[in-house]
Amino acid sequence: MKTFFTILGASVAFFLTVAMFGTSGWDRPPLVTQQNGFRGTAMAQIHTRDGVAEKKDANLAPAPADPAEPGEELAGTTYENVQVLKNVSVNEFNRLMASMTEWVSPEQGCTYCHNTENMADDGLYQKKVARRMLQMTQHINAAWKENHVGGTGVTCYTCHRGQPVPANIWFTDPGPNRPGGFIARNNGQNMAAPSVGLASLPYDTLTEYLADKSIDNNAIRVNATTALPTTKGKPIQDAEKTYGLMIHMSEGLGVNCTFCHNTRAISNWSQSTPQRTTAWHGIRMVRDLNGNYLEPLTSTFPPNRLGALGDAPKVNCTTCHNGQSKPLNGAHVVEAYPELATSTEVVSAAPPATAPPEPAPAMPAPAPQ
Amino acid sequence: MAMLSFERKYRIRGGTLMGGDLFDFWVGPFYVGFFGVTTLFFSVLGTALILYGAALGPTWNIWQINIAPPDLKYGLALAPLQEGGLWQIITFCAVGAFSSWALREVEICRKLGIGYHVPFAFSVAILAYVTLVVVRPLLMGAWGHGFPYGILSHLDWVSNTGYQYLHFHYNPAHMLAVSFFFTTTLALSLHGSLILSSTNPGKGEVVKTPEHEDTFFRDTIGYSIGTLGIHRLGLFLALSAGFWSAVCIVISGPFWTRGWPEWWGWWLNLPVWR
Repeated sequence: MKTFFTILGASVAFFLTVAMFGTSGWDRPPLVTQQNGFRGTAMAQIHTRDGVAEKKDANLAPAPADPAEPGEELAGTTYENVQVLKNVSVNEFNRLMASMTEWVSPEQGCTYCHNTENMADDGLYQKKVARRMLQMTQHINAAWKENHVGGTGVTCYTCHRGQPVPANIWFTDPGPNRPGGFIARNNGQNMAAPSVGLASLPYDTLTEYLADKSIDNNAIRVNATTALPTTKGKPIQDAEKTYGLMIHMSEGLGVNCTFCHNTRAISNWSQSTPQRTTAWHGIRMVRDLNGNYLEPLTSTFPPNRLGALGDAPKVNCTTCHNGQSKPLNGAHVVEAYPELATSTEVVSAAPPATAPPEPAPAMPAPAPQ
Repeated sequence: MAMLSFERKYRIRGGTLMGGDLFDFWVGPFYVGFFGVTTLFFSVLGTALILYGAALGPTWNIWQINIAPPDLKYGLALAPLQEGGLWQIITFCAVGAFSSWALREVEICRKLGIGYHVPFAFSVAILAYVTLVVVRPLLMGAWGHGFPYGILSHLDWVSNTGYQYLHFHYNPAHMLAVSFFFTTTLALSLHGSLILSSTNPGKGEVVKTPEHEDTFFRDTIGYSIGTLGIHRLGLFLALSAGFWSAVCIVISGPFWTRGWPEWWGWWLNLPVWR
């Protein structure tokens, strides 16, 4: 009996060791590291050389379509039911439609959105969604240019990557359906969820922090600002939710915490990198997009496009970034499509002011010498 | 200086690893030896360079003095003295001083005719240090990945290095190292309290023998590891703590570049419950 258990234990240990070495995906040198703080602070991005090359190849921006022939005719007067791109020339309009097909539905073609009997028909839900997404793209490139997307800008391809439904969308995660039993409640955590990088942190942190259209609500700050507590402070669950969101941001951008923070004082702006300012606005941009563009489409989408709780598909950092700090290797994708760079939205709720009530400093203090 | 009865017999020439009779003598109670001289050389030079680096720096505040490694752009090359070159020379001196001290311990063991347990144990500590400032930077391709020499600055380095992997507590070797560190202190406190209790009996009682000590632990937890065994266990626990510390840092970066929580995917994907 003793021999049996010895052999059993040894075999289990052996197979676990083999699985651990063989299936956990270890990396190996050579590495490519990039310093982003004063020397010796260990503020650095760590990647394998192969991984960087692989990621670069996987995120190539498509070549822009050939420039349209100049023309006087406007799409709004030539075609029926053009609502967003009224003031774009017909040639430019058709060029964009062809590009959109390449970006979003290369296999399905025009019929993914259009009734080919009558291109003006709004019968397909995809067309109504696409129209709103056009407005969203223009809104991102116009209203969020200064604070987040810069000259890079976005096109449909930034998220869609040749797929009608982008790979990295998210829904509110209701957690496991477990009405009773020994573990009736899990406090919304301990599920090794991919959204928090397989940590035990709360798995639905995105709903609270990225889905609220009041973009300055739900501040994620949990660090104390005084050495000793003056009030009861925030519960530790808030700190864990914030940590979960930060892990999402890190994984979505393919960076680690030190890309934005000097972790000796995570909340301190003067010790943070300039990227933190961009990320701060990015959180607000995502809230704006989810609250003002995606949630309102809930009734437009058919039920099979909605989440477990009937909520619309939403965006987070990964949706655009796809594991890179600058999506599509930082290519200036919007330059070739000026009609996507300015908002032509006529009737819409005024976009929320982008000026933060507590503005982040533009530049951090210089590193001590 | 009082001398134990056998010390005269051990204070003989020979047993040296290097240099023959060179420096094979004592100064008061201290054996010198070739490696005593190299220890002295490296430690004095290294300390002087630290003081020089502090003098170049902005502060004499003991907590804030910082001698930082070079920028990553220097890779594995030498850096200008004031931009990390000092750190490189100080690191060289530190490795030289620590290794010399270990080799001096070996020579003393040889003269005494005892095992090499003490230099071996010290070597594990040196291994952890060398892993941190030499092996890992070499594997990662830049001396700049070493930690800075400063009381607060090295703690800041530890914090940021942990956050390079999003959540360092998920590092499996870190888990083992932390467990061994805690177990070492537990074993030491159990052992220390046992020895003190048996050598400090109540008034009128005599000092107790190891049989009493063994009986105490047999009665409380059913097993006593014994007088020799506790020291073997203590050495094992302490060396394991240092060894796994070295492992946990050398795998962070060279062999794992993502968040440590993700590493556990292999466990979640075991065919048993995937």
